[in-house]
Amino acid sequence: MAELQFREAIRRALSEEMRRDESVFIMGEEVAEYDGAYKVTQGMLQEFGFKRVIDTPISELGFTGIGVGAAMNGLRPIVEFMTFNFALVAIDQILNHAAKIRYMSGGQVKIPIVFRGPNASAGQLAATHSVAFESIYAHFPGLKVIYASEPYEAYGLLKSAIRDDNPVIFHESEQMYGYKQEVPDEEFLIPIGKGVIKREGKDVTIVAHGKAYHIAKTAAVELAKEGIEVEIIDPRTIKPFDMDLVIQSIKKTNRVVVVDESHPFGGIAAEVGFQIQREAFDYLDAPVLRVTLPDVPAPFSKKLFDLWFPQPKQVVDAVKTVLYRN
Amino acid sequence: MYLQRRFEERAAQSYQRGKFGGFCHLYIGQEAVSTSFEHVLNGDDDMVSGYRIHGIGLTRGISARACMAELYGKATGCAKGKGGSMHFFDAEKHFWGGHGIVGGQIPLGAGLAFANKYNGTKRLAVSFFGDGAVDQGALNETFNMAQLWKLPVIFVVENNGYSMGTAVGRHSAGELHKRADAYGMKNAVLNGLDLFSMIEKLQEVAADVRENSNPWFLEVRTYRYRGHSMSDPQNYRSKEEMEEFKQLDPIERLKSYIIKEKIAEASALEKIEEEVEAEVLDAVDFAENSPFPEASALYEDVYVENDFPFTV
Ligand SMILES: Cc1ncc(C[n+]2csc(CCOP(=O)(O)OP(=O)(O)O)c2C)c(N)n1
Ligand SMILES: [Mg+2]
Repeated sequence: MAELQFREAIRRALSEEMRRDESVFIMGEEVAEYDGAYKVTQGMLQEFGFKRVIDTPISELGFTGIGVGAAMNGLRPIVEFMTFNFALVAIDQILNHAAKIRYMSGGQVKIPIVFRGPNASAGQLAATHSVAFESIYAHFPGLKVIYASEPYEAYGLLKSAIRDDNPVIFHESEQMYGYKQEVPDEEFLIPIGKGVIKREGKDVTIVAHGKAYHIAKTAAVELAKEGIEVEIIDPRTIKPFDMDLVIQSIKKTNRVVVVDESHPFGGIAAEVGFQIQREAFDYLDAPVLRVTLPDVPAPFSKKLFDLWFPQPKQVVDAVKTVLYRN
Repeated sequence: MYLQRRFEERAAQSYQRGKFGGFCHLYIGQEAVSTSFEHVLNGDDDMVSGYRIHGIGLTRGISARACMAELYGKATGCAKGKGGSMHFFDAEKHFWGGHGIVGGQIPLGAGLAFANKYNGTKRLAVSFFGDGAVDQGALNETFNMAQLWKLPVIFVVENNGYSMGTAVGRHSAGELHKRADAYGMKNAVLNGLDLFSMIEKLQEVAADVRENSNPWFLEVRTYRYRGHSMSDPQNYRSKEEMEEFKQLDPIERLKSYIIKEKIAEASALEKIEEEVEAEVLDAVDFAENSPFPEASALYEDVYVENDFPFTV
């Protein structure tokens, strides 16, 4: 078992899949000679050459569309976005083309492509560089959406994503690339669509994915000091979403807080909250609460940023509220 | 060419009779373009186009029945009734659609070519689009990469003079084919109303792309005789202009050439016309008598797997 950084786990998955299947290649800005803007693809050019590790111009719309066309015609592209903020200029090719062509063709075309890169806030980068996009992609039929929170699952899920015959959005985080975890040396895959209980507890269920998982984890440690045992569920995949796991947990705890690093209106927490009230209404002893970003763009100033980004303290407060202990 | 013409004339009738809905963009006038490409290219070369797709679908070899049934939204259509008029597909015939977003197929076409080059095949890809699509950013991004990466792709603008109601001179600065010059991409202007000169030039271009793996941009000047779609009063062009272009009808030109050069008797051509007419009427019949998709089809073909847990 080796301890791997998040970026190393991703690199290992990419490299193994490229060794396994000639039709897999990676393209994006600075992925080859520069070794990746966040060093995810470091050394891959040396192993796979310019044919399969491809530096693109800053033309997200164009190279995304080229990726989609190549996937239609038999390849398995991995398109890296320097961050998903820049995928906005490519979103026509993702949402109008990759996500819909299979349906519009009556199932004749398959588009095995992975769009990956960092998502959501990475500190004081201000409004254009801080958006969490998973709810936008998850809104669209035809896509699968993954947002792993730890190296172990980033590795296993990315391998599944690359082997999946559908277009998959794979979210990472700049702030997690250095995060380390033991990852078994032998190869493994994690199925898309299966969540996991990352901490067991009987008092309150917390649903949290991506960086929000780490916020929830910190909050859980605080709460445990006060004798409150939370159960943390990391769905890992946003679409499809493992709602069964959440519902089972709520049947035990009867209380739930959803932590989500996107904006509140129409975000993941909104959908999860809706489904919980429908599926577990009779089990709830308190309204479903959520901790999200406020409904404003990311500010730069440290003081405003700290008010903007969800803090463990907010999660602690929300948990106490659903326990009526505030 | 005549099949394309009669297919669409009958489709327009059915549309006007309310047999099917949605958008319906007719290719009438542009048939020599699809025909010349199909004549020159191989069956396993890849093609992708926009929403004015009936002509290219038919020349690629999708049956008139499957095309007409698609217009009617029937399960027997070439996209099982899920794509409609704008989204014909036949992946087995290397025909990759039918795309409704103006210019979206430009990078897709380059991607088809990218895969062909990556796999070491000698197959080409062709991306057709309208003059309106030349103004999209996607074209410029794609031209840059196609030239940079020497992709075996032919970009074809079917310049029919109008982007909906906006004349080309009012929506594009300069001549369209010259956009390629900025990237050092080979380009040419072709007469899309003349089948033979199209074929001649395309043979040269296709051979060059296949041999040397470099892109081309062809500006094909053509004309559409019908409105942009079925609901277009066409106030943006004059009757005189239309009459002028009608004199150049690619099908009539070809017909008179065949007769003048004694390649075939008028009676032989009439026989072809009768056969085409019968084929189209059969297609209408087939479409009308075909079943609509089952309700269960609603959730099929979204994902590759059939058991995807959809949100309800
Ligand atoms: C991105 C986008 N913008 C606008 C439209 C609406 N629209 C459909 S066709 C069209 C005109 C396109 O004209 P052109 O590219 O010349 O093709 P033609 O209709 O002449 O074949 C417009 C504006 C669209 N489908 N996609
Ligand atoms: Mg036009």
